[in-house]
Amino acid sequence: MTRILGLSAYYHDSAAALLEDGELVAAAQEERFTRQKHEARFPAAAARYCLAGTSLDEVDYVVFYDKPLLKFERMLETHLAYAPNGFNRFRQAMPVWLKEKLWLKKMLRQELSQLSGGDAIPRLLFTQHHQAHAGSAFYCSPFQQSAVLCIDGVGEWATTSAWSGTPDNLKPLWQIDFPHSIGLLYSAFTYYCGFSVNSGEYKLMGLAPYGKPRFVELIKSELISIDPDGTYALNLDYFDYCVGERMISEKFRALFGAPERLPETEITSLYRDLAASIQAITEEVVVKLASSLRRETGHTNLCLAGGVALNCVANGVLRRTGMFEHIWVQPAAGDAGCAIGAAFNVWHEHLGNPKSDTGQDRMKGCLLGPAYDNSIIESELIKAGAKYQKMETQHLLRSTASMLANGNIVGWYQGRMEFGPRALGARSILADARNPNMQQTLNLRIKFRESFRPFAPAVLREHLAKYFVSDQNSPYMMFVDYLVPELRLTPDSKRDGLDRVNEVRSALPGITHLDYSARVQTVGQDDKDPFYQLLLAFQQQTGCAVLINTSFNVRGEPIVQSPLDALRCFHATEMDALVIGSFILHKKDQTTLSIPELQIPAPVMTNAALKKFSRSLAILLSGFALTVVWVNQLPISPWLVLPFLVLFIWGEIIPGHMRAIHRGWHQLGVGLARITSPVIFSLVFFFIITPLGLIQRLVRRSKIHREYKPDRRSTTSNPGFEYPF
Amino acid sequence: MIEFINDLLMFMGHHKNYWLIPILLVLSIVGGLIVLTEGSVVAPFIYTLF
Repeated sequence: MTRILGLSAYYHDSAAALLEDGELVAAAQEERFTRQKHEARFPAAAARYCLAGTSLDEVDYVVFYDKPLLKFERMLETHLAYAPNGFNRFRQAMPVWLKEKLWLKKMLRQELSQLSGGDAIPRLLFTQHHQAHAGSAFYCSPFQQSAVLCIDGVGEWATTSAWSGTPDNLKPLWQIDFPHSIGLLYSAFTYYCGFSVNSGEYKLMGLAPYGKPRFVELIKSELISIDPDGTYALNLDYFDYCVGERMISEKFRALFGAPERLPETEITSLYRDLAASIQAITEEVVVKLASSLRRETGHTNLCLAGGVALNCVANGVLRRTGMFEHIWVQPAAGDAGCAIGAAFNVWHEHLGNPKSDTGQDRMKGCLLGPAYDNSIIESELIKAGAKYQKMETQHLLRSTASMLANGNIVGWYQGRMEFGPRALGARSILADARNPNMQQTLNLRIKFRESFRPFAPAVLREHLAKYFVSDQNSPYMMFVDYLVPELRLTPDSKRDGLDRVNEVRSALPGITHLDYSARVQTVGQDDKDPFYQLLLAFQQQTGCAVLINTSFNVRGEPIVQSPLDALRCFHATEMDALVIGSFILHKKDQTTLSIPELQIPAPVMTNAALKKFSRSLAILLSGFALTVVWVNQLPISPWLVLPFLVLFIWGEIIPGHMRAIHRGWHQLGVGLARITSPVIFSLVFFFIITPLGLIQRLVRRSKIHREYKPDRRSTTSNPGFEYPF
Repeated sequence: MIEFINDLLMFMGHHKNYWLIPILLVLSIVGGLIVLTEGSVVAPFIYTLF
């Protein structure tokens, strides 16, 4: 058996995925275990979960999802292109590279060695970032032939890439390189509208229907030039993300006549209209790029991945054009999904296994994470002092459906955890979509998030046409669809802006966005799937085959992973009930529920490291003392080495006492670095990078194309999986 | 360290980006200093320096 462990780490959304003979058996994001949203550290817990029951020496390959030296090259080239500007950014970015990212192989081996308990570790391979995205899209898709389009902020160089997938090959066609990036353009507007880059893009997309796209022409004339084939170039005068500390420049602010919106302040019409405008532009670029791919490859299928592929509104627009017969979007389209893609790249491309035709996608409904059986769940419930009832399956489903029909909000925790950003019925909060107050209640009482954000519907596939226009599968919530006209209502109020959030616009107000759109999850018939069974029970009781399905978490936290996480979230919100495994907990009964506070362990120095510190400090100080004595020709006394000998022995006997000395020693280093660090980096930046950059620009050899011109297509050279470049 | 230098040389050979040689040389020396002193008593000084 061939096992491949795919890893994404060190930027955001760390994850691990395990393939066994080309079958995806497990995948998880590290954030779910560490409880730090978008966790960037090495995915130790996720990898440990994936390897459960398998030791690391039984794994044949470990593959990392990008090529660090190429990324480093891009960073240095960017500084060369902008120097002498960008010193602060250089000073901030360089330490992480010098200490960690440049030594990625060594760092990965250290982490893997800890995972293996010192045993041999597998061979280490590397894919290019967009190659991993493309692999996650094509190899997981149900297609044998497909065009593949990847769009994100930036990988090594590529920000947009086009591929052609066949059973034997995933062939790169062309790419658009940094700094021209539709993903970063979207993020720049996300930042300008007062949301966080990398996590607030959903909010901007949700805000768009509340605005009018009145800035489209201005943005197209000033910020981005879009060619008929969808390739584009940004006017970099308006952005600051290349070497600055913010996404946008002063010129950007001047163009729209206002500063960036501060978080949590009022969202005026300016920002709503900008959201609508940038959404329209993104849709135009995605549709034009896809259209080019259709023409150039002749493929009738399309796969999408990369952060921009999470824009389900644009995906919906693309699907409605009908230019492709089938479109499949990798559900974990962001960087977490690269762990899966990288592993598939190795299986198919490095090891030469052709893609087999199963007719189904290979994501297993995204249910790739840990599951907990009833005995573990019950022991957690007992420990927490919960009042609960255990029910057999049919009784549990009927009771849950009945609670939902009566307007209760239910935490639903069943089976394996989902992989990717969406909750698909394993770690979900569920509610009745017919309830006119439900969107506001969920946003303000349960999720503690902005009131304008819509909720997604889960609908029984066999009843889809009754509710939504397209009647196409969407098992992973990757497409926005529209409510059928018969269910739509026209609000008679004269409200404006975000006040319209409370208008009842359909017979399913809980999931109907301002423009009658909804991010649909279709749930296909599967008698073993508890979520399908629940929807069926709800439909039988109420006649409605739709439920609100939102992720089981609160704002700022990752989706729950363990039963204890679920209990903690249930306890902290005004959820009415929790259905976990075969158990039901009612909030009103929980008088004795006591959940321990979430403890995030701080890194602690081990005793071995402290002993090593005390030994080397004793040697260093005694050496220093002896040098002083020798230089000044002072009399040598055996008492001179006594303090250092004491330090040495003390560290050996009680290493814990060295912690305070180490802290002080470290602080001394930090203090000195405040002076020396800027000096050293100034020397490198102004005496090496700046003159080289000026010469490079003089002879027009810069790899960063700052100018505003069409024809952005380029290609990249990839020497293979063995190399980190 | 030898593996890193080897990777760097192969990177240069493959991508032929000779502009970066002086920068990579200096930064590799600095980075190498950090790696070589890692875990030693001077590490807090070298590590926090950058």
